[in-house]
Amino acid sequence: VNVTVLVKYVPNPTGTPEMGDDFRLKRQGVEGALDPGDEYAVEAALQLTEGGGEVTVVTMGPEPALGAIRRALSMGAHRAVMVSDDSLPGADVLVTARVLAAAVGRSEFDLVLSGVESTDGYTGTLPMTVAELLDIPSATFARKIEASGGSLRVERQTETGYDVVECPLPALVTVTAAVNEPRYPTLKGIMQAKQKPMEKLSVSDLGLSAEDIQPTQEVIGIEPVPEREAGEVVEDPGQAPAKVVEFLKKARVI
Amino acid sequence: MAGVWVYAEVTAGGDVHPEALELLTKARELDTDVSAVALGPGATEAARTLGEHGAGTVHASDDAVYAEFLAQPAAHALHQLVGRHDPELILFGSTYDSRDVAGRLQARTGSTLMSNVTDLLSTDYAQTQIFGGSKIVDVTLGGPDPKLVIVRPKSFEAQPSDTGEATVVPVDVEIPEELKRARRVERHEEEAAGPKMEDAKVIIAGGRGLQDPSNFKVLEDLAGAIGNAAVGASRAVVDAGWVPYSLQIGQTGKTVKPEVYIAVGISGAIQHLVGMKESKRVIALNKDRDAPIFQYADLGLVGDALKLLPQITEAIRAARA
Repeated sequence: VNVTVLVKYVPNPTGTPEMGDDFRLKRQGVEGALDPGDEYAVEAALQLTEGGGEVTVVTMGPEPALGAIRRALSMGAHRAVMVSDDSLPGADVLVTARVLAAAVGRSEFDLVLSGVESTDGYTGTLPMTVAELLDIPSATFARKIEASGGSLRVERQTETGYDVVECPLPALVTVTAAVNEPRYPTLKGIMQAKQKPMEKLSVSDLGLSAEDIQPTQEVIGIEPVPEREAGEVVEDPGQAPAKVVEFLKKARVI
Repeated sequence: MAGVWVYAEVTAGGDVHPEALELLTKARELDTDVSAVALGPGATEAARTLGEHGAGTVHASDDAVYAEFLAQPAAHALHQLVGRHDPELILFGSTYDSRDVAGRLQARTGSTLMSNVTDLLSTDYAQTQIFGGSKIVDVTLGGPDPKLVIVRPKSFEAQPSDTGEATVVPVDVEIPEELKRARRVERHEEEAAGPKMEDAKVIIAGGRGLQDPSNFKVLEDLAGAIGNAAVGASRAVVDAGWVPYSLQIGQTGKTVKPEVYIAVGISGAIQHLVGMKESKRVIALNKDRDAPIFQYADLGLVGDALKLLPQITEAIRAARA
């Protein structure tokens, strides 16, 4: 199977996010990484193509987003497509979905994979919008994927357990962190990544109009939430049990 | 441009997902013309509850196709209904199925879609919280109707209304064969023992600080001593496979609001805080005095969870004896 993976470059998830004056998350000059959620999708793609087929990674973002692509290629992906355009900063989820769907649709694929949601924006709807634009079926929140004979068998997490979903290819699947343990790139992988084909595209290469990339949401203000006063902190373990009992009694739960 | 709709998930037994009732309560504030859409077995039966919470009209179909096949049939039907009735705004819960339907509908209508909404001031003005709930962002929603909004669970309290019974309008949409592709073939329940997190007065959640899956036992012991207490977990330990996903609290996972939330060995990542910071009272136990969770705790305990928790459990047992 040929697998296309949607990836995103996000500000370092362990860092403190900052907002610019334009109400956008600061991305330029901020240390970033391949979204940790996407690593599971890249790993799943590599495992599904062990018997044959290629893994293509697709991203949208400014120059630093190359970092996400390089990481995926170093893990073993075969080729990359990157969409960068001066008209795209501030793109909302619909614009992003249109761009990614157009980029994915340029090459042959049997399966599109992504994480369930990005670590920075976490809207959690983009993959489905892409699936609808590509007119393919989908299964979200997969914790296990098996492909055989042109169809998929997916274990999909639910609120109370999981469902088994069967779906013909081509399809789109979003994966959770339960799906696998992503590999670390090897030195050899990192060296090879530099030689792998990478296509850079602009919005006009994708045949999208100015109207297609017009955002429909505008942030008009950001205000701090009044900070909750931190309570008492007990550092002497000897006092802790009595404090907890008193606390739970006051809360009338014991 | 007419009315606010709520996309309501229902069970085959006619129960309405609690998030839909929260959304109906908010929808009534935004417009007098409120409708619900319920697709799948149990929908017609659920119309009564939807009406009691303010839906004047319920577009209902009991067709099994909506439960059997993921997202595509529901998105198609909703799109057809939107074309006929032209709602101004559709509210969705944050469940997996609702997110899927909203994402697909957006591709068809070209509407704006906003996730993680915590409040709506009007039909085209929404708020969300970012950075672990430390900042509120105000967003205006443009583009064609209907605006699509996915609301965080428990953002509003469900209140019954006195508007009377809903008019049930059967959904007569033909689902094309080519949309019957991703099929649910099995359903599995992985319910944990003890009270559900949704119903428990106290939730004790464990994180990576517990060091080993077998140490979850100390949380269960504490829950047993308190009574009406449930055990939950952070994403880190669910990802590590210690406990099932149904115990996960946070951005992905459950949003809980118990009387008392006890976070054990949880540092307080944004992903986790989003799911528990509305708890009435919070106790945090962590060995790192600088853990962010202490900022959200009414009572913070610095120490080794594995040593402290058994002592706390004993003290509670003694206090109750």
